[in-house]
Amino acid sequence: MISAPPARPLLSRVADSVYWMGRYIERAENVARFLDVNHNLMLDLPQGYQDQWQPIVDTTGDRAVFEKRYGAATREKVVEFLAFDPEYRSSIFSCILSARENARSVRETISSEMWEQINSLYLMISGESRKEAIALLPSFCHQMRMACHLFHGITEVTMTHNEAWHFIRLGRNLERADKTSRILDVKYFILLPSVRDVGTPYDDVQWSAVLKSVSGFEMYRKRHGRISPEKIVEFLLLDHEFPRALRYCVGRADRSLHVITGTAADTFSCPAEQRLGILRSELDFTRVETILGGGLHEFCDALQVKMNTVDLCIHNDFFGPTAVG
Amino acid sequence: MRFSGYQTESFYDEMFDPENRVRPHARLVQDVIESLSDGQLLRYKHAAERLLLQLGITFNVYGDSAGTERIFPFDLIPRIIPAAEWDCLERGLKQRIHALNAFIDDIYHDQKILKDGAIPAEIVTGAVSYRRQCQGLNPPWGVWCHITGTDLVRDRDGQYYVLEDNLRVPSGVSYVLENREVLKRIFPNVFEGLSVRPVHEYTSRLLEMLESLAPNARGGPRVVVLTPGIYNSAYFEHSFLAQQMGVQLVEGRDLVTNGSDVFMRTTKGLERVDVIYRRVDDDFLDPEAFRSDSLLGVPGLMAAYRAGRVALANAPGNGVADDKVIYAYVPEMIRYYEGADPILSNVPTFLCWRDTDRQHVLCNLDKLVVKAANESGGYGMLVGPHSTAAQRAEFADKIRANPRNYIAQPTLALSRVPTIIDDHFEGRHVDLRPYVLCGKEIWVLPGGLTRVAMRQGSLVVNSSQGGGSKDTWVLS
Repeated sequence: MISAPPARPLLSRVADSVYWMGRYIERAENVARFLDVNHNLMLDLPQGYQDQWQPIVDTTGDRAVFEKRYGAATREKVVEFLAFDPEYRSSIFSCILSARENARSVRETISSEMWEQINSLYLMISGESRKEAIALLPSFCHQMRMACHLFHGITEVTMTHNEAWHFIRLGRNLERADKTSRILDVKYFILLPSVRDVGTPYDDVQWSAVLKSVSGFEMYRKRHGRISPEKIVEFLLLDHEFPRALRYCVGRADRSLHVITGTAADTFSCPAEQRLGILRSELDFTRVETILGGGLHEFCDALQVKMNTVDLCIHNDFFGPTAVG
Repeated sequence: MRFSGYQTESFYDEMFDPENRVRPHARLVQDVIESLSDGQLLRYKHAAERLLLQLGITFNVYGDSAGTERIFPFDLIPRIIPAAEWDCLERGLKQRIHALNAFIDDIYHDQKILKDGAIPAEIVTGAVSYRRQCQGLNPPWGVWCHITGTDLVRDRDGQYYVLEDNLRVPSGVSYVLENREVLKRIFPNVFEGLSVRPVHEYTSRLLEMLESLAPNARGGPRVVVLTPGIYNSAYFEHSFLAQQMGVQLVEGRDLVTNGSDVFMRTTKGLERVDVIYRRVDDDFLDPEAFRSDSLLGVPGLMAAYRAGRVALANAPGNGVADDKVIYAYVPEMIRYYEGADPILSNVPTFLCWRDTDRQHVLCNLDKLVVKAANESGGYGMLVGPHSTAAQRAEFADKIRANPRNYIAQPTLALSRVPTIIDDHFEGRHVDLRPYVLCGKEIWVLPGGLTRVAMRQGSLVVNSSQGGGSKDTWVLS
């Protein structure tokens, strides 16, 4: 029997680029989701509540950057900032541009179809009229979201599920986990004006919006039925089947990392694997009551620190310079 | 769109004879094009442009801000070469590449051709592109030019001439392959009834040739393509070739040497590399051996190459034969090494270091094309008939200051091919760049890059200067 040749090694630079390509596409998609859902939410809220665009900026963690450049958060300004600002590194435009630059430097690694899709995304957003996008925000956001979904699908079916593919998946899942935790965090502490509103119809509307921003409304209904903040927190953090839930994302990232290193499950061979494994088991074995008891904000804060550490470890373990032996 | 009213205007036209009758090999293509309904050809043209943009088949222009990409204009009307004509070109190219390799190998060994006086020694050893560092090296089979993209042109009488040999890092072959794919996708019926020789074999042949260069015979040699990076004007081609061959595309920073072997940095540590298809110029290849300020290269690469631990294609030092002064002596080389007359002619060339030639050139700057001995891509060149007095004065000064660095040639009336301009056909000047692979044997890709000067009357076909391209058909 002829054995297959050993898997082709992956250049560190290429691993770095595909990882970030995965992260940037996911980030672009999430920003489009936030804009879309917030816009939708504003239309449902009564007069006086209607101009709440600041929380969306807060979700990004870049409030200071926004205020310095734009001042008060109006719809036009927030859309301009989050969708099109070429100087803001996490705007949809910048994310697509960065994803494309990364893809361009690894065209021989990804499939032609993936490159074409990223390139179309880029042509789409650079040719988009801003006035129209702001006027027809829902259709713009829908288009961006679908184009990102298409990229994920193309990646799934046209690229060998090799090491590079797992780096794309690793980047995508870590980014998605980060975004889900941020939106939950922001909702809990800023979207909610006061304790009096808990349990009011507006509260219901807002919590539904949170679910919708991660495409989780229908799936939540099927699992838990009535809207309850506690159940929503459980669903978004600890569900093991919903693809945008933190636990699910971290679990998938962990699996990809093990495929990359070839280390057996539940063991580790490098700091990145160790950190991600600890985070995964924490999410696997915790209860929502414990999280809420210690404070959701504190929990989300700690999560983000842990995920940043994982990201840093991935860079050191796989992308950094190797000494000549 | 019809060809009625199309004028060859006393140029050699690839599709029509001087009486404006279609040449027999182009008749079917004319019929298909003329049978299209009104506007259809233009719709195809726009579809092709959209497709190229969508596919990201673009090149970068130097001098523009970093990252500016343009599509290489593609004209739908193919350039057609009949079988007999191609056979002659193919034989001529093989003969020429064989002689050039023999010459370079000789120059870096015994220099017999210089000792025998067939070429003046100081012209060779004084060439900027002559690399002392390569003296005595022995690449497999004495081959120094593994991938060549010879530039051919036809003059008014239809005769082919070699304009340049492009031995160093010739580019453009990816457009040959992609142009064919685009034409097949957009306008399939133009191929009807004709046997056009396929071009897709190129990347398999290239991979096979590169693998054959591996220094030791252990199984599955690792081949990589070395690119200067995404801002290089030919970056698309580098990634395309790596992708089509299924090999890694690396930048200088991905490679590292330990004094003998070359490795690439991977997520699992260092992996040995056997063959490097380098698309980086000699100067930038290794800061320890060549330009010390190069950030693109790999320190220690030349030492590994000299030690026979890694193969480089094309071999460093081969640019000596690309010097435009040395080019003038290729017919001598063919006679010297092959013992035969050249099948393909050189363009008559005046060498400015010769007093009589220089006097002639200086008196006829308005009629000649002047070229710097070591530039390419249409840079450092004066097209006399299209120049201003100030440009001619500038070149006259340059020639007097450094005569060795300049050559001049008559302005050829390049052949033309009908090209879609707005909503009708006009003749546009073209050249032809066939690609030749040389390992143990020599193989010529049946086709090549036909570059078109898109501006009316222009003779400059370079992509950096507004040129476009056409699919090139070799009939069987």
